[in-house]
Amino acid sequence: MNAADRNEASEIELLLPWHAAGTLSVREAQRVEAALADDPELASRYEAVREELGQTIELNESLGAPSARVMAELFAKIDAEPARRAPLSITLTTRVREFFAARSPRTLAWSAGAAALAIMLQAGVIGGILLKDHGGGRTETFETASALMSAPGNGSYAMVRFQPKANMDDITQFLETNKLMIVGGPAAGGLYRVMIDKTKLQRDALVDRIKQLQQNKVVGFIAAQTE
Amino acid sequence: MQTTSDEVLIGRIAGGDRLAMQVLFARHHVRVYRFVLRMVRNEATAEDLISEVFLDVWRQAQKFEGRSAVSTWILSMARFKALSALRRRTEDELDDETAGTIEDPGDDPETVLAKKDKGAALRQCLEKLSAEHREIVDLVYYHEKSVAEVSIIVGIPEATVKTRMFYARKKLSELLKEHGIDRGWP
Repeated sequence: MNAADRNEASEIELLLPWHAAGTLSVREAQRVEAALADDPELASRYEAVREELGQTIELNESLGAPSARVMAELFAKIDAEPARRAPLSITLTTRVREFFAARSPRTLAWSAGAAALAIMLQAGVIGGILLKDHGGGRTETFETASALMSAPGNGSYAMVRFQPKANMDDITQFLETNKLMIVGGPAAGGLYRVMIDKTKLQRDALVDRIKQLQQNKVVGFIAAQTE
Repeated sequence: MQTTSDEVLIGRIAGGDRLAMQVLFARHHVRVYRFVLRMVRNEATAEDLISEVFLDVWRQAQKFEGRSAVSTWILSMARFKALSALRRRTEDELDDETAGTIEDPGDDPETVLAKKDKGAALRQCLEKLSAEHREIVDLVYYHEKSVAEVSIIVGIPEATVKTRMFYARKKLSELLKEHGIDRGWP
Protein backbone atom coordinates (compact mmCIF):
# COMPACT_ATOMS: atom_id res chain seq x y z
CA MET A 1 0.00 0.00 0.00
CA ASN A 2 1.54 3.33 -1.02
CA ALA A 3 1.56 6.49 1.08
CA ALA A 4 -1.45 7.97 -0.68
CA ASP A 5 -3.49 4.85 -0.14
CA ARG A 6 -2.35 4.61 3.44
CA ASN A 7 -3.60 8.10 4.10
CA GLU A 8 -6.79 7.36 2.24
CA ALA A 9 -7.45 4.11 4.03
CA SER A 10 -7.62 4.90 7.68
CA GLU A 11 -7.66 1.98 10.05
CA ILE A 12 -11.34 2.59 10.65
CA GLU A 13 -12.14 2.58 6.95
CA LEU A 14 -10.29 -0.70 6.52
CA LEU A 15 -12.62 -2.21 9.10
CA LEU A 16 -15.87 -1.09 7.46
CA PRO A 17 -16.46 -4.36 5.54
CA TRP A 18 -16.18 -6.41 8.73
CA HIS A 19 -18.37 -3.94 10.58
CA ALA A 20 -21.06 -4.34 7.93
CA ALA A 21 -20.75 -8.13 8.15
CA GLY A 22 -20.94 -8.01 11.95
CA THR A 23 -17.66 -9.82 12.51
CA LEU A 24 -15.78 -7.20 14.51
CA SER A 25 -15.19 -7.45 18.23
CA VAL A 26 -17.47 -5.33 20.40
CA ARG A 27 -14.63 -2.89 21.06
CA GLU A 28 -13.76 -2.49 17.39
CA ALA A 29 -17.40 -2.14 16.44
CA GLN A 30 -17.79 0.64 19.00
CA ARG A 31 -14.77 2.45 17.53
CA VAL A 32 -16.26 2.22 14.05
CA GLU A 33 -19.69 3.36 15.24
CA ALA A 34 -18.15 6.39 16.94
CA ALA A 35 -16.21 7.28 13.79
CA LEU A 36 -19.30 6.89 11.62
CA ALA A 37 -21.26 9.20 13.88
CA ASP A 38 -18.56 11.89 13.60
CA ASP A 39 -17.69 11.63 9.91
CA PRO A 40 -20.50 11.97 7.31
CA GLU A 41 -18.12 11.10 4.46
CA LEU A 42 -17.13 7.88 6.18
CA ALA A 43 -20.81 7.17 6.79
CA SER A 44 -21.47 7.63 3.08
CA ARG A 45 -18.69 5.15 2.24
CA TYR A 46 -20.15 2.76 4.75
CA GLU A 47 -23.41 2.81 2.82
CA ALA A 48 -21.43 1.72 -0.24
CA VAL A 49 -19.94 -1.11 1.79
CA ARG A 50 -23.41 -2.22 2.82
CA GLU A 51 -24.49 -2.27 -0.82
CA GLU A 52 -21.49 -4.45 -1.67
CA LEU A 53 -22.38 -6.77 1.19
CA GLY A 54 -25.96 -7.15 0.01
CA GLN A 55 -25.03 -7.76 -3.61
CA THR A 56 -22.27 -10.23 -2.71
CA ILE A 57 -24.80 -12.25 -0.74
CA GLU A 58 -27.29 -12.08 -3.60
CA LEU A 59 -24.65 -13.15 -6.09
CA ASN A 60 -23.57 -16.13 -4.00
CA GLU A 61 -27.13 -17.17 -3.23
CA SER A 62 -27.84 -17.24 -6.97
CA LEU A 63 -25.20 -19.91 -7.46
CA GLY A 64 -27.53 -22.71 -6.47
CA ALA A 65 -26.59 -25.86 -4.62
CA PRO A 66 -24.72 -29.03 -5.49
CA SER A 67 -26.68 -32.00 -6.78
CA ALA A 68 -27.72 -34.93 -4.61
CA ARG A 69 -25.04 -37.09 -6.21
CA VAL A 70 -22.41 -35.35 -4.09
CA MET A 71 -23.86 -36.61 -0.84
CA ALA A 72 -24.54 -40.07 -2.27
CA GLU A 73 -20.99 -40.43 -3.55
CA LEU A 74 -19.45 -38.99 -0.41
CA PHE A 75 -21.23 -41.42 1.89
CA ALA A 76 -20.51 -44.32 -0.43
CA LYS A 77 -16.82 -43.46 -0.02
CA ILE A 78 -17.22 -43.06 3.73
CA ASP A 79 -18.93 -46.44 3.97
CA ALA A 80 -16.02 -47.95 2.08
CA GLU A 81 -13.54 -46.55 4.59
CA PRO A 82 -12.20 -48.92 7.23
CA ALA A 83 -14.23 -48.85 10.45
CA ARG A 84 -12.52 -47.04 13.26
CA ARG A 85 -12.82 -46.65 16.98
CA ALA A 86 -12.21 -43.31 18.55
CA PRO A 87 -9.20 -43.08 20.83
CA LEU A 88 -10.06 -42.53 24.48
CA SER A 89 -8.80 -38.96 24.34
CA ILE A 90 -11.17 -38.12 21.48
CA THR A 91 -14.22 -39.61 23.13
CA LEU A 92 -13.43 -37.94 26.42
CA THR A 93 -12.84 -34.56 24.81
CA THR A 94 -16.09 -34.94 22.94
CA ARG A 95 -17.93 -35.84 26.11
CA VAL A 96 -16.52 -32.85 27.95
CA ARG A 97 -17.35 -30.53 25.06
CA GLU A 98 -20.84 -31.95 24.79
CA PHE A 99 -21.31 -31.67 28.53
CA PHE A 100 -20.38 -27.99 28.62
CA ALA A 101 -22.08 -27.25 25.33
CA ALA A 102 -25.35 -28.57 26.67
CA ARG A 103 -25.19 -26.19 29.59
CA SER A 104 -24.21 -22.93 27.97
CA PRO A 105 -25.68 -20.61 25.40
CA ARG A 106 -24.92 -21.56 21.81
CA THR A 107 -22.42 -18.78 21.37
CA LEU A 108 -20.50 -19.86 24.41
CA ALA A 109 -20.58 -23.48 23.35
CA TRP A 110 -19.02 -22.55 20.05
CA SER A 111 -16.02 -20.97 21.67
CA ALA A 112 -15.53 -24.03 23.86
CA GLY A 113 -12.84 -22.11 25.62
CA ALA A 114 -11.72 -20.69 28.85
CA ALA A 115 -13.87 -17.60 28.60
CA ALA A 116 -17.04 -19.61 28.27
CA LEU A 117 -16.03 -21.85 31.09
CA ALA A 118 -15.04 -19.00 33.35
CA ILE A 119 -18.33 -17.21 32.78
CA MET A 120 -20.24 -20.37 33.44
CA LEU A 121 -18.32 -21.29 36.56
CA GLN A 122 -18.53 -17.84 38.00
CA ALA A 123 -22.23 -17.64 37.34
CA GLY A 124 -23.10 -19.99 40.17
CA VAL A 125 -24.20 -18.72 43.55
CA ILE A 126 -22.75 -20.27 46.65
CA GLY A 127 -25.45 -22.21 48.34
CA GLY A 128 -26.11 -22.69 51.97
CA ILE A 129 -23.81 -25.64 52.33
CA LEU A 130 -20.44 -25.45 54.02
CA LEU A 131 -17.80 -25.48 51.34
CA LYS A 132 -14.20 -24.38 51.58
CA ASP A 133 -11.91 -23.55 48.72
CA HIS A 134 -8.66 -25.27 48.06
CA GLY A 135 -5.78 -22.87 48.47
CA GLY A 136 -3.25 -21.48 50.84
CA GLY A 137 -1.49 -24.81 51.08
CA ARG A 138 -4.34 -26.49 52.91
CA THR A 139 -4.57 -30.16 52.25
CA GLU A 140 -7.47 -31.15 54.46
CA THR A 141 -10.37 -32.75 52.71
CA PHE A 142 -14.05 -32.00 52.99
CA GLU A 143 -17.22 -33.91 52.67
CA THR A 144 -20.48 -32.54 51.43
CA ALA A 145 -23.83 -33.65 52.55
CA SER A 146 -25.84 -35.27 49.82
CA ALA A 147 -27.96 -32.18 49.49
CA LEU A 148 -26.63 -31.02 46.14
CA MET A 149 -27.18 -34.13 44.12
CA SER A 150 -27.86 -37.56 45.34
CA ALA A 151 -25.16 -40.17 44.96
CA PRO A 152 -26.23 -43.56 43.72
CA GLY A 153 -25.30 -46.72 45.55
CA ASN A 154 -22.38 -47.66 43.31
CA GLY A 155 -19.26 -45.69 42.60
CA SER A 156 -17.49 -42.89 44.43
CA TYR A 157 -18.29 -39.27 43.75
CA ALA A 158 -16.95 -35.83 44.49
CA MET A 159 -18.12 -32.27 44.03
CA VAL A 160 -15.60 -30.20 42.10
CA ARG A 161 -15.32 -26.56 41.23
CA PHE A 162 -12.69 -25.81 38.61
CA GLN A 163 -10.40 -22.81 38.76
CA PRO A 164 -12.02 -19.96 36.80
CA LYS A 165 -8.85 -19.61 34.71
CA ALA A 166 -8.72 -23.30 33.82
CA ASN A 167 -9.30 -23.89 30.13
CA MET A 168 -11.11 -26.73 28.41
CA ASP A 169 -7.92 -28.55 27.44
CA ASP A 170 -6.59 -28.51 31.01
CA ILE A 171 -9.88 -29.79 32.38
CA THR A 172 -10.10 -32.50 29.74
CA GLN A 173 -6.57 -33.63 30.52
CA PHE A 174 -7.30 -33.61 34.24
CA LEU A 175 -10.39 -35.77 33.75
CA GLU A 176 -8.66 -38.12 31.36
CA THR A 177 -5.50 -38.56 33.38
CA ASN A 178 -7.42 -39.30 36.53
CA LYS A 179 -10.13 -41.37 34.82
CA LEU A 180 -12.88 -39.08 36.04
CA MET A 181 -16.30 -38.52 34.57
CA ILE A 182 -18.52 -35.47 35.00
CA VAL A 183 -22.00 -36.75 35.77
CA GLY A 184 -23.83 -33.64 36.89
CA GLY A 185 -23.86 -29.90 37.47
CA PRO A 186 -23.12 -27.15 37.46
CA ALA A 187 -24.89 -26.67 40.78
CA ALA A 188 -24.82 -23.60 42.98
CA GLY A 189 -21.28 -22.33 43.37
CA GLY A 190 -20.29 -23.72 39.97
CA LEU A 191 -19.94 -27.21 41.39
CA TYR A 192 -19.81 -30.27 39.20
CA ARG A 193 -20.49 -33.79 40.32
CA VAL A 194 -17.72 -36.12 39.23
CA MET A 195 -17.40 -39.89 39.46
CA ILE A 196 -13.91 -40.51 40.82
CA ASP A 197 -14.11 -44.28 40.94
CA LYS A 198 -16.46 -46.87 39.55
CA THR A 199 -16.39 -48.71 42.87
CA LYS A 200 -17.38 -47.54 46.30
CA LEU A 201 -14.07 -46.64 47.91
CA GLN A 202 -13.41 -47.16 51.60
CA ARG A 203 -13.20 -43.95 53.60
CA ASP A 204 -9.38 -43.87 53.83
CA ALA A 205 -8.97 -44.58 50.14
CA LEU A 206 -11.56 -41.93 49.36
CA VAL A 207 -9.72 -39.34 51.46
CA ASP A 208 -6.41 -40.20 49.77
CA ARG A 209 -8.00 -39.92 46.35
CA ILE A 210 -9.50 -36.53 47.16
CA LYS A 211 -6.16 -35.28 48.49
CA GLN A 212 -4.44 -36.42 45.31
CA LEU A 213 -6.98 -34.72 43.04
CA GLN A 214 -6.83 -31.58 45.16
CA GLN A 215 -3.25 -31.02 44.07
CA ASN A 216 -4.20 -30.45 40.45
CA LYS A 217 -3.98 -26.85 39.28
CA VAL A 218 -7.41 -26.90 37.63
CA VAL A 219 -9.15 -27.77 40.89
CA GLY A 220 -10.44 -24.80 42.87
CA PHE A 221 -12.39 -26.93 45.31
CA ILE A 222 -13.07 -30.62 45.74
CA ALA A 223 -14.99 -32.57 48.37
CA ALA A 224 -16.03 -36.18 48.58
CA GLN A 225 -19.72 -36.68 48.26
CA THR A 226 -21.09 -39.09 50.78
CA GLU A 227 -24.53 -40.58 51.11
CA MET B 1 -33.78 -24.89 20.52
CA GLN B 2 -30.10 -25.57 20.92
CA THR B 3 -28.21 -27.08 18.01
CA THR B 4 -25.18 -29.28 18.37
CA SER B 5 -22.04 -27.24 17.83
CA ASP B 6 -19.73 -27.98 14.93
CA GLU B 7 -16.97 -28.80 17.41
CA VAL B 8 -19.10 -31.44 19.06
CA LEU B 9 -20.00 -32.89 15.67
CA ILE B 10 -16.32 -33.12 14.74
CA GLY B 11 -15.67 -34.95 18.00
CA ARG B 12 -18.37 -37.46 17.12
CA ILE B 13 -17.11 -37.79 13.55
CA ALA B 14 -13.66 -38.55 14.94
CA GLY B 15 -15.30 -41.47 16.69
CA GLY B 16 -16.80 -42.73 13.43
CA ASP B 17 -20.30 -41.29 13.87
CA ARG B 18 -21.82 -41.29 10.36
CA LEU B 19 -24.92 -39.38 11.46
CA ALA B 20 -22.80 -36.53 12.82
CA MET B 21 -21.11 -36.42 9.44
CA GLN B 22 -24.47 -36.09 7.74
CA VAL B 23 -25.43 -33.21 10.01
CA LEU B 24 -22.15 -31.40 9.42
CA PHE B 25 -22.42 -31.97 5.67
CA ALA B 26 -25.99 -30.67 5.57
CA ARG B 27 -24.94 -27.62 7.56
CA HIS B 28 -21.98 -26.56 5.43
CA HIS B 29 -21.93 -28.17 2.01
CA VAL B 30 -23.85 -25.48 0.11
CA ARG B 31 -21.64 -22.64 1.28
CA VAL B 32 -18.47 -24.63 0.70
CA TYR B 33 -19.74 -25.53 -2.77
CA ARG B 34 -20.39 -21.88 -3.60
CA PHE B 35 -16.97 -20.88 -2.29
CA VAL B 36 -15.29 -23.49 -4.48
CA LEU B 37 -17.52 -22.76 -7.47
CA ARG B 38 -16.53 -19.10 -7.36
CA MET B 39 -12.92 -20.23 -7.58
CA VAL B 40 -13.04 -23.00 -10.18
CA ARG B 41 -16.09 -21.70 -12.08
CA ASN B 42 -17.24 -25.13 -13.08
CA GLU B 43 -20.12 -26.87 -11.35
CA ALA B 44 -19.02 -30.47 -11.93
CA THR B 45 -15.49 -29.69 -10.71
CA ALA B 46 -16.88 -27.87 -7.68
CA GLU B 47 -19.06 -30.86 -6.80
CA ASP B 48 -16.13 -33.26 -7.08
CA LEU B 49 -14.01 -31.01 -4.93
CA ILE B 50 -16.50 -30.62 -2.10
CA SER B 51 -16.90 -34.40 -2.03
CA GLU B 52 -13.13 -34.61 -1.54
CA VAL B 53 -13.21 -31.89 1.10
CA PHE B 54 -15.83 -33.62 3.22
CA LEU B 55 -14.12 -36.97 2.82
CA ASP B 56 -11.04 -35.30 4.29
CA VAL B 57 -13.19 -33.95 7.12
CA TRP B 58 -14.21 -37.54 7.86
CA ARG B 59 -10.65 -38.79 7.68
CA GLN B 60 -8.98 -35.95 9.56
CA ALA B 61 -11.57 -35.18 12.24
CA GLN B 62 -9.31 -36.75 14.86
CA LYS B 63 -6.63 -34.21 14.01
CA PHE B 64 -8.90 -31.19 14.40
CA GLU B 65 -7.50 -29.19 17.30
CA GLY B 66 -10.14 -26.50 17.59
CA ARG B 67 -7.69 -23.68 16.97
CA SER B 68 -10.18 -22.19 14.52
CA ALA B 69 -13.87 -22.56 13.82
CA VAL B 70 -14.83 -25.76 12.03
CA SER B 71 -16.17 -23.76 9.06
CA THR B 72 -12.82 -21.96 8.79
CA TRP B 73 -11.01 -25.31 8.81
CA ILE B 74 -13.29 -26.68 6.10
CA LEU B 75 -12.96 -23.56 3.92
CA SER B 76 -9.17 -23.74 4.26
CA MET B 77 -9.20 -27.31 2.95
CA ALA B 78 -11.64 -26.37 0.20
CA ARG B 79 -9.47 -23.48 -0.91
CA PHE B 80 -6.37 -25.68 -1.03
CA LYS B 81 -8.16 -28.28 -3.13
CA ALA B 82 -9.61 -25.67 -5.48
CA LEU B 83 -6.20 -24.10 -6.04
CA SER B 84 -4.67 -27.54 -6.66
CA ALA B 85 -7.42 -28.30 -9.18
CA LEU B 86 -6.84 -24.98 -10.93
CA ARG B 87 -3.12 -25.71 -11.15
CA ARG B 88 -3.84 -29.13 -12.68
CA ARG B 89 -6.08 -27.68 -15.29
CA THR B 90 -4.33 -26.78 -18.53
CA GLU B 91 -4.92 -23.53 -20.32
CA ASP B 92 -6.95 -25.34 -23.00
CA GLU B 93 -9.19 -26.97 -20.43
CA LEU B 94 -9.70 -23.62 -18.78
CA ASP B 95 -10.73 -22.06 -22.07
CA ASP B 96 -13.16 -24.88 -22.87
CA GLU B 97 -14.74 -25.21 -19.47
CA THR B 98 -15.10 -21.60 -18.59
CA ALA B 99 -16.13 -20.18 -21.91
CA GLY B 100 -19.76 -20.64 -20.99
CA THR B 101 -19.53 -19.53 -17.40
CA ILE B 102 -17.27 -16.48 -17.36
CA GLU B 103 -19.02 -13.41 -18.56
CA ASP B 104 -17.42 -11.22 -21.16
CA PRO B 105 -16.17 -8.09 -19.44
CA GLY B 106 -17.13 -6.06 -22.49
CA ASP B 107 -19.91 -3.49 -22.51
CA ASP B 108 -22.73 -5.76 -23.70
CA PRO B 109 -26.50 -5.11 -23.77
CA GLU B 110 -26.73 -6.53 -20.30
CA THR B 111 -24.24 -3.95 -19.12
CA VAL B 112 -26.32 -1.21 -20.62
CA LEU B 113 -29.27 -2.50 -18.64
CA ALA B 114 -27.11 -2.86 -15.58
CA LYS B 115 -26.36 0.82 -15.65
CA LYS B 116 -30.00 1.33 -14.81
CA ASP B 117 -29.84 -1.17 -12.02
CA LYS B 118 -27.07 -0.44 -9.57
CA GLY B 119 -27.45 -3.77 -7.84
CA ALA B 120 -27.09 -5.73 -11.04
CA ALA B 121 -24.12 -3.59 -12.04
CA LEU B 122 -22.48 -4.27 -8.69
CA ARG B 123 -22.96 -8.00 -9.13
CA GLN B 124 -21.54 -7.87 -12.62
CA CYS B 125 -18.51 -5.96 -11.38
CA LEU B 126 -18.05 -8.41 -8.52
CA GLU B 127 -17.78 -11.15 -11.16
CA LYS B 128 -15.09 -9.19 -12.94
CA LEU B 129 -12.81 -8.89 -9.95
CA SER B 130 -9.61 -10.94 -10.00
CA ALA B 131 -9.74 -14.37 -8.34
CA GLU B 132 -7.76 -13.00 -5.39
CA HIS B 133 -10.16 -10.13 -4.89
CA ARG B 134 -13.29 -12.23 -5.43
CA GLU B 135 -12.07 -14.66 -2.83
CA ILE B 136 -11.57 -12.09 -0.10
CA VAL B 137 -14.83 -10.30 -0.85
CA ASP B 138 -16.73 -13.59 -0.64
CA LEU B 139 -15.01 -14.63 2.59
CA VAL B 140 -15.73 -11.33 4.31
CA TYR B 141 -19.21 -10.57 3.01
CA TYR B 142 -20.77 -13.95 2.31
CA HIS B 143 -18.93 -16.37 4.57
CA GLU B 144 -18.82 -13.82 7.40
CA LYS B 145 -15.22 -14.46 8.25
CA SER B 146 -13.34 -12.17 10.62
CA VAL B 147 -9.97 -10.66 9.76
CA ALA B 148 -8.24 -13.40 11.75
CA GLU B 149 -10.24 -16.17 10.09
CA VAL B 150 -9.56 -14.86 6.58
CA SER B 151 -5.90 -14.71 7.55
CA ILE B 152 -6.01 -18.43 8.42
CA ILE B 153 -7.94 -19.47 5.32
CA VAL B 154 -5.92 -17.48 2.80
CA GLY B 155 -2.61 -17.82 4.62
CA ILE B 156 -1.69 -14.13 4.73
CA PRO B 157 -1.06 -11.73 7.64
CA GLU B 158 -4.05 -9.93 9.10
CA ALA B 159 -2.73 -6.55 7.95
CA THR B 160 -2.59 -7.91 4.40
CA VAL B 161 -6.16 -9.17 4.74
CA LYS B 162 -7.33 -5.64 5.47
CA THR B 163 -5.36 -4.01 2.66
CA ARG B 164 -6.33 -6.70 0.16
CA MET B 165 -9.97 -6.11 0.96
CA PHE B 166 -9.38 -2.38 0.57
CA TYR B 167 -7.86 -2.88 -2.87
CA ALA B 168 -10.65 -5.24 -3.89
CA ARG B 169 -13.19 -2.58 -2.98
CA LYS B 170 -11.17 0.08 -4.76
CA LYS B 171 -11.08 -2.05 -7.91
CA LEU B 172 -14.81 -2.61 -7.60
CA SER B 173 -15.39 1.14 -7.53
CA GLU B 174 -13.20 1.56 -10.61
CA LEU B 175 -15.17 -1.11 -12.47
CA LEU B 176 -18.43 0.57 -11.47
CA LYS B 177 -17.10 3.87 -12.76
CA GLU B 178 -16.44 2.18 -16.10
CA HIS B 179 -20.10 1.16 -16.02
CA GLY B 180 -21.08 4.76 -15.50
CA ILE B 181 -21.67 4.52 -11.77
CA ASP B 182 -19.52 6.90 -9.76
CA ARG B 183 -19.54 6.15 -6.05
CA GLY B 184 -17.34 9.15 -5.31
CA TRP B 185 -14.56 6.84 -4.18
CA PRO B 186 -11.71 6.26 -4.82
